[in-house]
Amino acid sequence: MKIYPVVVLAAMLSLGSVAWAADIVGVITLKGTPPAEKEITPLKEDANCGAMYQTTPTTHFYVVDAKGDLADVVVSLKGITGKSTGASAAPAVLDQKGCLYVPQILAIQTGQKLIVKNSDNCIHNVHAMPAVAGNPESNQVQMAGGADLDFAFAQPEMFLKFKCDVHPWMFAWVSVFDSPYFCISDKDGKFVIKNVPPGKYTVEAAHRKLGTQVQAVEVKDSDATVNFTFEVK
Amino acid sequence: MSGKATTGSNPWLHRFAVLTAGCTFLLLGLGGLVTSHEAGMSVPDWPNTYGYNMFLFPFSQWVGGIFYEHTHRLLASGVGLLTTILAVWLWFKDSRKWMHWLGVVAFLLVVAQGVLGGLRVTLHMDSLGIFHGTIAQLFFVLTCALALFTSRWWAEMAPHQPGFRVPGDLRTLVLATTLLIFGQLILGATMRHQHAGLAIPDFPLAYGKIWPDTSPDAVAQYNARRISLNSENDITAFQIELQMTHRIMALAIFILTAVCAWLARRQLGGKDALAKLAGFWLALIFLQALLGAATVWSNKAADVATAHVLVGALSLMIGSMWCIMAFRRSEPITEARPLGAFGSQPILAANK
Repeated sequence: MKIYPVVVLAAMLSLGSVAWAADIVGVITLKGTPPAEKEITPLKEDANCGAMYQTTPTTHFYVVDAKGDLADVVVSLKGITGKSTGASAAPAVLDQKGCLYVPQILAIQTGQKLIVKNSDNCIHNVHAMPAVAGNPESNQVQMAGGADLDFAFAQPEMFLKFKCDVHPWMFAWVSVFDSPYFCISDKDGKFVIKNVPPGKYTVEAAHRKLGTQVQAVEVKDSDATVNFTFEVK
Repeated sequence: MSGKATTGSNPWLHRFAVLTAGCTFLLLGLGGLVTSHEAGMSVPDWPNTYGYNMFLFPFSQWVGGIFYEHTHRLLASGVGLLTTILAVWLWFKDSRKWMHWLGVVAFLLVVAQGVLGGLRVTLHMDSLGIFHGTIAQLFFVLTCALALFTSRWWAEMAPHQPGFRVPGDLRTLVLATTLLIFGQLILGATMRHQHAGLAIPDFPLAYGKIWPDTSPDAVAQYNARRISLNSENDITAFQIELQMTHRIMALAIFILTAVCAWLARRQLGGKDALAKLAGFWLALIFLQALLGAATVWSNKAADVATAHVLVGALSLMIGSMWCIMAFRRSEPITEARPLGAFGSQPILAANK
């Protein structure tokens, strides 16, 4: 009978820790007219890659819908370090499909496994080009149908570049964080950073082309909302 | 270069030297294409190619950027072989000791180039690409010089009447202009290896102005509006200023070359070979300026940018050969090289 109160107390504490965490949500919009995307003509002209397309694909630096909702913005809690759960997190996947990297914008934790696949029937090289010391540069062969390549990065870094030098229009940007508190805005411009403990934080929104914005937010016992508006001048 | 007389030219040695120089020029072009197509790292291993012996890499896999990088490596091996043969041939068949050592220098330089190119790939060092590109230009000049030194013109050249000599001020001006061209080539190589595409997208203005705004806000706007097909790095204020320096130096080189051509014509006469060569040099620099503009207007089209590299190499080579020939014509008259009548060949006559 003495065990019962202990079990109840433990259950209440664990439920309490979940209940005390909340999400940071918001929407990211773009003001102004972004520059026109370009057709990736070299891709269509490539014998192997071009055969996979009926029409010429375009670049997608600015993924904006009619309402101005901006996708592919990396949103994170600024200044949080040493909280990475990357080692136990599920691997993230970066695929080479149709001679393009999918997705082009990705975010992972330090120590988290990143699997790079080659779903194409042609040769690629996977060239990771970190700029932060402690994240080593590497350049590996990946034949058609070849084995997946694994990566992991020990240091936080924004927009670490992955590219294929065989097909120079292929590139992706992987941001590495030292905590699980990050996300990427979807096609509706919406983002959700999950399970943030109560407290005051600085939320940072970073777009590959438009730079970075920050806002302060306080998380209490319910979801906190913060919106960002980027502008193209 | 003066002093001991040669025993006349060896036509086959000279032809082989010309072949080596010609292949080196082609190699420069292929190297230019590698950088222009951003293919420098498309073959991750060296000296193998995707695990194959370089010479056994299947042709079916010569795709995309691999085509440029792999053919560059193959031709580089060919140039290495030609240079080795040339160095050995010079050592055993040319009586001039300084030519023996020049051949050795050429051999060592081509080996160094091969290693530099390989290390650039295996160590992922972009900065080595700048050295590799610059030394390539110097090596090209050296192979052309070897062709000149083994030529009949060089063997038969003898001091003539004073009017045949090239005035010192003209030689100095051409030398200074050639050195400026070399500096411009280093600048160009540095720009190309930033992998940031066109730092300034318009010409002759720069972002619509005579001198562009390089404030942080302005540069952020330039990057925000830039849509590239390749994974180019963001441009920086430094890169914009580098491009502006390149443009200003181009103007300075054009003016100096024009002065050289005018002075050569005035001091040597319009029919003199070196005066004509100076005129050709000016035309080449004008073409180079047009290619530079075309590189910007075509948004750095790979073939245009590579042509710009090649004409730059030719400009450096022409200036260098002009200097060497001018100094050869102006060598002091000594007992070993007595004055001959204009057009006569006392050296060959003595060796008959």
